[in-house]
Amino acid sequence: MPPFVPLTLFALVVAAIIAHVAVPSVRGWLWKPIAGLGAFMLVALWYLGLVWAPPEQFMSDVGRILYVHVPHVWMALLAFTLNVGCAVAYLMKKSFVTDALAESAAEVGVYFGAVGVTMGSIWARPTWGVWWDWDPRLISTTVMLLAYVGYLALRSFTEDPERRATWSAVAAILSYVSLPIVWFSVRWWNSLHQVQSSPSTVDKPMVQVLRWGAITLLCFLYVFIVKRYQIARSRQTAAMELPPLEAPRPEAA
Amino acid sequence: MTPKIPLLAAAWLVLKKDWQIEWRTRARLTAIIFFSLSTLLLFSFAVGPDINTLRAHAPGYLWLALLFASVLSLGESFRIESENQALTGLVLTPVEPRAIFVGKVFGNASLLFVLSLVLLPVTVALYDVDLSRAPLQLVLVLFLGSVGISAPGTVYSAISANARARDVMLPLLLFPVLIPLLLAAVSATRFTLQPDPQEQVGGWLKLLTAFDLIYLSVGFLLFPKVAEED
Repeated sequence: MPPFVPLTLFALVVAAIIAHVAVPSVRGWLWKPIAGLGAFMLVALWYLGLVWAPPEQFMSDVGRILYVHVPHVWMALLAFTLNVGCAVAYLMKKSFVTDALAESAAEVGVYFGAVGVTMGSIWARPTWGVWWDWDPRLISTTVMLLAYVGYLALRSFTEDPERRATWSAVAAILSYVSLPIVWFSVRWWNSLHQVQSSPSTVDKPMVQVLRWGAITLLCFLYVFIVKRYQIARSRQTAAMELPPLEAPRPEAA
Repeated sequence: MTPKIPLLAAAWLVLKKDWQIEWRTRARLTAIIFFSLSTLLLFSFAVGPDINTLRAHAPGYLWLALLFASVLSLGESFRIESENQALTGLVLTPVEPRAIFVGKVFGNASLLFVLSLVLLPVTVALYDVDLSRAPLQLVLVLFLGSVGISAPGTVYSAISANARARDVMLPLLLFPVLIPLLLAAVSATRFTLQPDPQEQVGGWLKLLTAFDLIYLSVGFLLFPKVAEED
């Protein structure tokens, strides 16, 4: 697979999300084939990951969690990237559309990140002998999750929709800026860590299954984000249609 | 229309105003000094009376005490502005909102810096650390760390001052972002107080400076958006 394919796929997903947001006629059906494709690929992934792919050289069957664990963390990163893109877009031009998209991307990202970290912990127990290790990737992902949980908490604790949108956009940018600094500083702080695998050091079928897993989850990422986006939009509309709290009562006859 | 005051002059005015408010009561500084004193004591109770362990971990305790105190002090920094809608008044003056950010950051940083200087003799007494190795470098680390806590802290404090549950909100937002700063400040302090055979302190000082510069510039860019909504 040429190196530009993952980026192209991500661009396709972003394009599909933008299409969902901008073109009302697409909204009703586009998610269905993608959800179907995702479900089909997930079933195939069970076979490919559990049976077809060879066992890992040192970790044997434990290493098979790689095919879902790594894509989950990738999806979390993609979702947070989408979130910060929406945050910047909101600060440049106020729109509740980008705000709703930012909210859904953050929430879906926290979901994927939490599942990814949990799986990493499950993998670490038989491999390293501990549930938790001060590995830079593990810590950076956890810090990223904490930052975005704070982001979601800020959203739910702010009543005024415009304040919520602006403040959470600022918080999103501050958190996103911290990601590379956290990564760099933790790696420096604890310089004993395993070298990151690259496609050239991993057996070919394993790379293929990993990519299959990534595309599967990319389908789910799309479906989750657009569905969550619709919920966010309906909540916004519902909040606007509510009568004001101090509404004048109808005169009693 | 009155001409705009230059940014740095306005920031200086904001800083002076904050110092003046602080100096009149000295309530905030007194409160955070005693808060961090008891935090330092609590650390020694939690770890036990072994002086070697305490000495080895003293930089970590010092920075954790400063970090916890900073949450109290930063929260107060914009709470005093929400009384009588003082912040609205401040935003309405013909002054760039960014000047408020710069003034507030250095107001908060100076408070933390003074606090850290007060805590130094306490660490000598409680943890038996040796301050005489490189005192100027230690002061530099404390200053850079105080600015680093205050730069993102000021933005988050302005945000959380008006949110519900603001006392929970500020640390929830601030701590994840401050993890690199904590690592850098603790390591730099450790290699200043203790022997540094591999000469790592330079790298950590650079990381501290980079953290300060990055968050000062991001805060400088974003603060007007926050102030608009206050």
